[in-house]
Amino acid sequence: MWDYSDKVKEHFLHPHNVGEIANPDAIGEAGSLVCGDALRITLKVEPDTEKILDAKFLTFGCGSAIASSSIMTDMIMGKTLTEAARITNRDIAKNLGGLPQEKMHCSVMGMEALEAAIANYRGQALPSAGGAIGIVGEDGGDLVCKCFGVTDRKIERAIRENNLSTVDEVTNYTKAGGACGSCHGEIEKILRRVGKEISPPPAGAEKKPLTNLERMKLVQETLDREVRPELRKDGGDLELVDIDGKVVKVRLLGMCAGCQVAGFTLKDLVGGKLREFVEPDIVVEDIKP
Amino acid sequence: MSKVIYLDNNATTAVAPEVLEVMLPYYREFYGNPSSMHTFGGQLAHAVENARARVAELFHVRENEILFTSGGTESDNAAIRGVLEAFPEKRHIITTRVEHPAILSPCRHLEHQGYRVTYLPVDAQGRLELEMLREAIKPDTALVSIMYANNETGTIFPVRKIGEIVKEKGCVFHCDAVQAAGKLDLDMQTLAADLVSISGHKLHAPKGVGALFIRRGTRFVPFIMGGHQENGRRGGTENVACQVGLGRACELAMSDCKTETVRMAALRDRLEQGILERIPEIRVNGDVEHRLPATMNISFTYIEGEAILLKLNEYGICASSGSACTSGSLEPSHVLRAMGVPFTDIHGSIRFSFSRYNTQEEVDRVLEVLPPIIAELRDMSPFWNQRKKTGGPDG
Repeated sequence: MWDYSDKVKEHFLHPHNVGEIANPDAIGEAGSLVCGDALRITLKVEPDTEKILDAKFLTFGCGSAIASSSIMTDMIMGKTLTEAARITNRDIAKNLGGLPQEKMHCSVMGMEALEAAIANYRGQALPSAGGAIGIVGEDGGDLVCKCFGVTDRKIERAIRENNLSTVDEVTNYTKAGGACGSCHGEIEKILRRVGKEISPPPAGAEKKPLTNLERMKLVQETLDREVRPELRKDGGDLELVDIDGKVVKVRLLGMCAGCQVAGFTLKDLVGGKLREFVEPDIVVEDIKP
Repeated sequence: MSKVIYLDNNATTAVAPEVLEVMLPYYREFYGNPSSMHTFGGQLAHAVENARARVAELFHVRENEILFTSGGTESDNAAIRGVLEAFPEKRHIITTRVEHPAILSPCRHLEHQGYRVTYLPVDAQGRLELEMLREAIKPDTALVSIMYANNETGTIFPVRKIGEIVKEKGCVFHCDAVQAAGKLDLDMQTLAADLVSISGHKLHAPKGVGALFIRRGTRFVPFIMGGHQENGRRGGTENVACQVGLGRACELAMSDCKTETVRMAALRDRLEQGILERIPEIRVNGDVEHRLPATMNISFTYIEGEAILLKLNEYGICASSGSACTSGSLEPSHVLRAMGVPFTDIHGSIRFSFSRYNTQEEVDRVLEVLPPIIAELRDMSPFWNQRKKTGGPDG
């Protein structure tokens, strides 16, 4: 069972601002039917001050989705659109006393519906939300997760705003990769790309460049310590064939050779460990037996 | 919270008082090891063998065809691994898309090790096409593993016919009967399975104990290696108290299985009929003609299952859902997906499962509190509101 905070339970059991405003000044929608979450908010806005006079929501979703919608409408009440636009999914989660990691996407949906409503009021096209209910992947980005209709833009944004570093975290915040799992490789790529932008190495931490000899020693140590024991657990192994500059050539052995996920093993396990423990730009090449 | 109304018996059941009673002496006084060379420990071997005889009676088989395990998951894993290792030249397995993870996860793992696995599809009611099974069996098929009854929908597979087909082709047939045990006939004289898994805690024995029937003459390599226990087929000091409990639970199931299943089916039907009468736009998932007497799976369109469960929880009513939001992985039910149930209906699916301890009063209480919960959540749902505007059948 999910470990929901008292605040989440309170807002789920007795949600505030449920319903739809007749003749609203703005409508915002996020999520979609296939995702298993959807939210529509309607706003009444004072034209001169752009103050939100009233906000109501309708939500299809779990306890935390309903609670996120409820508290989000509370939070924006009385604020101007500019003030409301500064609310992030983390603010929503914080005001709920936290959400389980796997449920962070509910707070993201709240933020997206709010943005969509503000854009709608200002007559802009929807910039980033999942789009109108039932339509997915309409933010102009490329569809990465086909099960839940999540685009690369949405994933990039979730990574940047919440400082995500693993596929599991991306799934928790966007749902991407949560069903069939075939897009995990694609999410990995986005993580690496965006990761370089958001967490440059801390100042003063720059290491002196490795000499060839140091690099070779470090590669060998890392393979023996971090990689080969893992492979042996599944009845496989690996042999270091050559090191040419930053290109490490290895040969997969035993069960690993000819394994259907050999490519994944190389790229993610071997490459990941070498980049973590040796140098961030190490490339691994497979020498076929 | 009010008194608990437990309608999640496919997840686990209460330990029967009669079961607990016979177990306690093995925790309090007789804590010895059955393998010991002294009476204090050695006498426990009789208790274990007596319990094994009770389990054997449930299957109508000999005692030496029953292996005690730690539960359904171990029984399933042991059956798959034990048979594959015994037939190293055979590299193909057949199962279905709707099996329990205790079958599907090892199968996926074996695929990584180079085995071929055929996952037979099911139709919209969750039924198998037997002709597809017949065609799927190849000369190098080591094992066919098909469940007796589905844990999510209660759909019963025609395991006797399946057994005939598999045996006709000369293959080994494993049947996961975890949900069927204590509710359906497990007579191995009429069911041609070579291995059958059961789990204690689904039939009022404690968690942490199960059994695997291995028909005499079936090639099997031990899955857990250690001491000489279980005739050398499963190492590890016997879980004496729980095994005694499982024996007693099988005995109880044998004594009143027929009357109890009729009673549970009546309660289930009362709940299902009551819901159908009171709540519009729902669908019943599974094969209602061939279904476990104590299981119902129902979808409340336009709303999400976790929200329903949390509301029911406020009334102390326990059920479960196939919704993605109730699984740790955000993955919606693989069983309902295999049946082609629309996404919304998977998210809005609720399973109620009964045991011998449920009463009519409990069913009536659910019928009292459920309709307002569904109405409240639907009033909150954008899809329901959209549906009303576009003129749904009951809008």
